[in-house]
Order: sequence, then C-alpha cells, then structure tokens
Amino acid sequence: MNAWQRLKVNKTGMFGLYFLSLLMIMAIFGPLLSSHTYYETQLPLKNQTPSLQYWFGTDELGRDIFTRIWWGARISLLVGISASVLDLLIGVIYGAICGFFGGKIDELMMRVADILSTIPYLLVVILLMVVVGPGLLSIIIALSITGWIGMARIVRGQVLQLKEFDYVTAARALGANSSWILSKHLIPNTTPSIIVTLTLSIPTAIFAEAFLSFLGLGVQAPIASWGTMANDGLPALRYYPWRLFFPAAFISVTMLSFNLLGDALRDALDPRLRI
Amino acid sequence: MIKVKNLNVRFKNVHAVRGVDLEIQNGETVAIVGESGCGKSALAKSLVKLFPKKTAEFSGEVIYNGQNILTFSEKELRKIRGKEIGMIFQDPMTSLNPVLTIGFQITESYLRHFPEKSKKDAVKRTEELLELVGIPKDRIYHYPHTLSGGMRQRALIAIALAASPKLLIADEPTTALDVTLQAQILDLLKDLQKKLGMSILIITHDLSVVAGFADKVLVMYAGKIIESANVDDLFETPSHPYTQRLLRSKPRLDMPRSEPLLPIDGTPPDLSKQFAGCSFCPRCTESLEICKNETPPIFNINPGHTSACWLKK
Repeated sequence: MNAWQRLKVNKTGMFGLYFLSLLMIMAIFGPLLSSHTYYETQLPLKNQTPSLQYWFGTDELGRDIFTRIWWGARISLLVGISASVLDLLIGVIYGAICGFFGGKIDELMMRVADILSTIPYLLVVILLMVVVGPGLLSIIIALSITGWIGMARIVRGQVLQLKEFDYVTAARALGANSSWILSKHLIPNTTPSIIVTLTLSIPTAIFAEAFLSFLGLGVQAPIASWGTMANDGLPALRYYPWRLFFPAAFISVTMLSFNLLGDALRDALDPRLRI
Repeated sequence: MIKVKNLNVRFKNVHAVRGVDLEIQNGETVAIVGESGCGKSALAKSLVKLFPKKTAEFSGEVIYNGQNILTFSEKELRKIRGKEIGMIFQDPMTSLNPVLTIGFQITESYLRHFPEKSKKDAVKRTEELLELVGIPKDRIYHYPHTLSGGMRQRALIAIALAASPKLLIADEPTTALDVTLQAQILDLLKDLQKKLGMSILIITHDLSVVAGFADKVLVMYAGKIIESANVDDLFETPSHPYTQRLLRSKPRLDMPRSEPLLPIDGTPPDLSKQFAGCSFCPRCTESLEICKNETPPIFNINPGHTSACWLKK
C-alpha cells in the first residue's frame, strides 16, 4: 500500500482533507460566487439574518458575511501555511545542525533558541507593529520568530538519537559527507515527528492570527479576518448570533481538520510502514 | 597493498590499539580474532579513520598506495572510503537506513564515487550488484524492513561493493546471523573475492569463521597482535598460550563427551591501564618471571608465524 491508499482508509483524516480542500477552493473562488464585495457597506441592510440574498447574513455595516468568511479563509490559510513553512525550514535546519554536530555548536545554538523562546510572541507582535506596522507581514514574522523553536528542539532530539545508528557509520564508511548524511539519512528519518509538529503548528498559527485580530493587533479594517469578524460579532451575540457563529465555526472546524489530517498523514507517511 | 606500522589508537584514557603492525597483500584474506573489547573494531575502523572528530588519537602509520592515511584530511578520506576501502558492519538490521530503498542506498554509494555517471548507469550497476550478491533484481525498490536478515546483509555487501573497493573490511559480518546464513554469507564473500580480486580483512571472535575463510590469522589481545600465522599453522601449532587456550575453550566434534571445556580463567585486562609486562600474564598458566615486568617482543617461530611470548625466545 502506498501512502495515499493508507490515507484513504482513515475516515477522520479524509474528512480533514475534504474540508481543507473545500476551504481552499472557496478561499480562491468563494468571493466570486457572491455579488457583494467584502468591503461594500449597505447600512440599510445591516444585521440581516442568513437568507438567499445573504447566505450567512450581514454584519453591523451591512457587509456580506459569506464573502467576508472566504476572505478570512485566505488570510488564515496564508498565515497558517507561510508561518509553518518558515518554522519548518528554520527549525529543521537549525535543529539538525545542533543535533548532528553537537558539542559547543549545539550548546551555543540551543541556548540562543532558549533565550528566544522566553520572549512571549505577543510582545514580539506588539514590537513589530511599531517597527513594521500592523498587518499580515508582522504577524507572520512574529509567529515565525517564536514558532520554529519547538520544531528545532524536536528535530535536534531525533537527530541526536539517529546519528548513533549503524547506517550513519556505514554511510560514512562509504565516503558520505556530513551534509549528505544529514539530508538523505537523518532528516528523512525524522519526517513523522516533523509532520506531527507541523500539523500542530499550522492550526496554532491560524488560531494565533485569529486571536491577534480579535485583540485588534492583527489585520486592519476593512480586510476581513475570522478573528476580527468574531470580535465584531461578539457584542451582538444576544441579538445577531450568526455574526459570531460563522467565523467561530470556521476557526474551530479548520483547526480540527488540520489536526485530523495531520494525525492521518503521520500514519500514512511513516516510511517505516511502507511496503 | 595496505601496511600498518606501529598503530596506536587512544580514546581519551582508553588505549585501544597498542602498536599494531599488519600487512595485507592483494587478493589476500586476513582475519583478526580476539575477544570482545580487545580492540579489533577500533583497529579496523582506524584504517579509514572512521571515528567522530577528535574522539580518537592516532599514532603510527597506515600506508595505502604509498600514502599515510592517518595524515589525510576528512575530504581526502572520503575519496578513500568506499572506493578504495569498503566496509560492512555487524548488524544488518541497523546498518541500512529504514527510510530509503536498498536500490537507493546502493546507487548512492556508487554515484558518490562516480559522479560523472548517469542515473541510468547507476541503476544498471545496482541491478548487477544485486544479482552478484544473490538478491533478485526486482527487489531494487524494496525497503530494508521487507527483507530478511540474510538479504539485508547481502544488500549491505552490495552497498560496500558498489564502488569496487580494493579492500573490503568486514567487521563481524556474520555475528548477527544464524549459522546457516553465516555459511552462505561467507561463501558469498569468498566467491566475490575470487570474481573481483579484492582483499578482505575480516574481524571476528568466531574461530570457526576464521578456519574456513582466512589465509592469514592475527590473534589480538589487549590491543596487540600476539600471534600471527597462516590459518593452518595457527590451528595445528598454536604458539602463544592465549591462542592455545582459546582453541581449547572451543567445543570440537572429535572431543570425548566426558571432557569438560577449558575456559580461560580471569577477565580481559582494562584497556585504560598500561601494563608493565605481558598483558596476558595474569591469566597465563605458563608465565615466567620475566613476563611480569617486560613486554615480550615479537618472535619469529617459522616463516610467516610470529608470536609475542617470552616462551618462544
């Protein structure tokens, strides 16, 4: 069985995959399905209930929530994926170097990582807001600055353990150099842990963005993000609950889907199970 | 083709190899026997300096093609490893990378030394190698865990042979295999040696492996070669008391059943210490006064048969 076949039999994992695929397609094409734009305000039509005209209703400025949800999905996916890819690149390379070379290099590099990890990311975000200005870029940078450390620690731990294996000595005995051993022998053996960490870091990043936007530290109006929409919807919870319900539901189900897919992927991609 | 002169290897305070001389001719099979911890593997690995940086200190010379390998940089060593001197390891279960197909691991080792060859050539070479070591070539894209222990050892041999080394170092190649497979793998190595004309340095603690396989045997004890002889001489007329006791501690089919096995009393010496006299003296039943205080030099007994024992003076 190959990885795809093993993924297919995992029902919850496939649910995650379907939902995320749908989310991606809708993030691209969703706004085109509606005749409204995310910034178009129609004050007479504010706080509409979901209807044929406005599928998810409208907010307090009469903006179409359906369109805004897909714009929010764009932001969430962009932040989630780019922050995680940065985490992955930095974390894997940094961790692998630490674990492989060990000694003073390891000691020094891990202490630097420890120091960075003590800085709360909220502080980093606020500082970056001042320097770079509020917006997506500073969120992504802030999440990457603090997010890669977990990945680096996990990869380092794995590499420390794996480099003692005989096949590493065997590769060396056949003339392989360090970078080859790292990239072809050690890092592929850490894929299961990398995938698990990655699937936890994507939803964490998505949630962090929503959370920052909810606090008003994220993307700025009129750009829609699930976090800002939830924030807008919260005061009206008693009278217009759908204004909070839709963004909150999307945040939850997206995070759940990533977690389910990640679990399934770890099982499916584990190279030790390949036949 | 390879000549070791007065090689010493130290790991921090452990003096693992203590002044070893050894020479391997083209096409020859040399065996090193000795008990666990006597420095066999350290000796074998130091021939290509296969230790993590700065963990081992070397002195002496390892002359290969007129050059001293011990002075080589890591980059020069990488050209020697695999291409000139190949190596196979003890445990086929852990010596293959579980996430790469055996085909990949063989082509990897080939392309490393022949980077000018195309991928296609490498795959062709890999199929030849698989055939040579007796693995069906449709197994090329199989992962190691789908192969049995014997198959994996064959795959490891194919990897080691990929760049056609002139010398193959086999560090306990049969220890992790059961007896029938041991015979198969040894036959395979013998056969490959004939076909490819390479030299083999085999390291083992199993005297029966040596008997059927090697031309020349070196007996190692406490980091030193204490006896060196042709395989027949060694088994018929062992000269060093250690070798004699070693041979007597092994059960034989022609031995009366009532006769007990004769173990060697005592334990191997601690290699972090230095000894004044012969390192085997405390366990030796025939030791002389001189053995306690003076290290025995190497005495020639017959042509090609040497022994480091004061009794042979």
